[in-house]
Amino acid sequence: MNKSSDSRRSTVTRNAIGVGLATGLYGISFGALAVTSGFSFAQAQVLSLGLFSGASQFAVVGIMGAGGGALAAIATSSLLGIRNGLYALSLARVLKLSGIKKVFASQITIDESTAMSVANVDDEELSRWAFWATGISVFVFWNIATAIGAIGASLITDPKSFGLDAAVGAAFLALLWPRLINKQIRYIALSAALLAIILIPVVRPGLPVLASVLIAVIIGLRNSGSK
Amino acid sequence: MDPRWVAVIASSVIAFALKFSGNVVPARYLEQPKIKSITSLVPIVMLAALVIVQTFATGQQLDFDARIAGLIFAIILLLFKAPFIVVVIGAATIASLLRYFGLVN
Repeated sequence: MNKSSDSRRSTVTRNAIGVGLATGLYGISFGALAVTSGFSFAQAQVLSLGLFSGASQFAVVGIMGAGGGALAAIATSSLLGIRNGLYALSLARVLKLSGIKKVFASQITIDESTAMSVANVDDEELSRWAFWATGISVFVFWNIATAIGAIGASLITDPKSFGLDAAVGAAFLALLWPRLINKQIRYIALSAALLAIILIPVVRPGLPVLASVLIAVIIGLRNSGSK
Repeated sequence: MDPRWVAVIASSVIAFALKFSGNVVPARYLEQPKIKSITSLVPIVMLAALVIVQTFATGQQLDFDARIAGLIFAIILLLFKAPFIVVVIGAATIASLLRYFGLVN
């Protein structure tokens, strides 16, 4: 019986490694941008090991690199990380975790592992396999890539002449892009962008990003009220 | 203590706590439609604001420099479905070239 389930499993494993390699590529840009934003090699690596969530990591180094304070960086990173908690919540039914496995699974509950698990939800065992394989693969490649990027960037003396300051905005845009799935979401993103540009000269660095959450709250409440 | 270390450690601890809470908190607390509806929008608005801040802000000042050209090129690359790393390197390259030739700051 298990010929086809074996081959499905190896397909999932191959995909998991592919996803890990692809994410690893942007782990290189994270390591590089962290170092050029003034973070040390060790700080960049601890972020990849401990925080382990791309958008939050880019936010921490981006905000502090642009002169924002630690509190603004922590708050932004954490608000971006709420979604991982919700992923864990919706995966719990499939993963059926107990004991120490809960700790490990929590650490690798991110966009990629969740997406791969959900994509195989018709087969619970395969769905679990997809979660672990993708999470571990991304974790390993992401951390190796961070080290490579951080070491590479530490050789660069003038990050601006390499255009690395322009790379940070592009990185956030590339993270945002696949989420702009419909017209309403595109308008919401646009209003957050407008609010940010208005607030930049008025409030301290880091706060324009936090203020954007107000838009999520207002629209979120309206959306759920109309349902 | 270096404020960067404070941010690195605190954000890591909170990130883990958030992920872990999803595994231990009963679903009914977080699966209310209001909460779900708000939290699904949080990454959208924050990433959009981060794009703007990283492109136009220098501290508390609005700056119009080579980063904008980088961002426009990133948009073009994304429209052509370029992968993440290509978008990032593309934006950096354009900004770098414009500065090298002294066309913009």
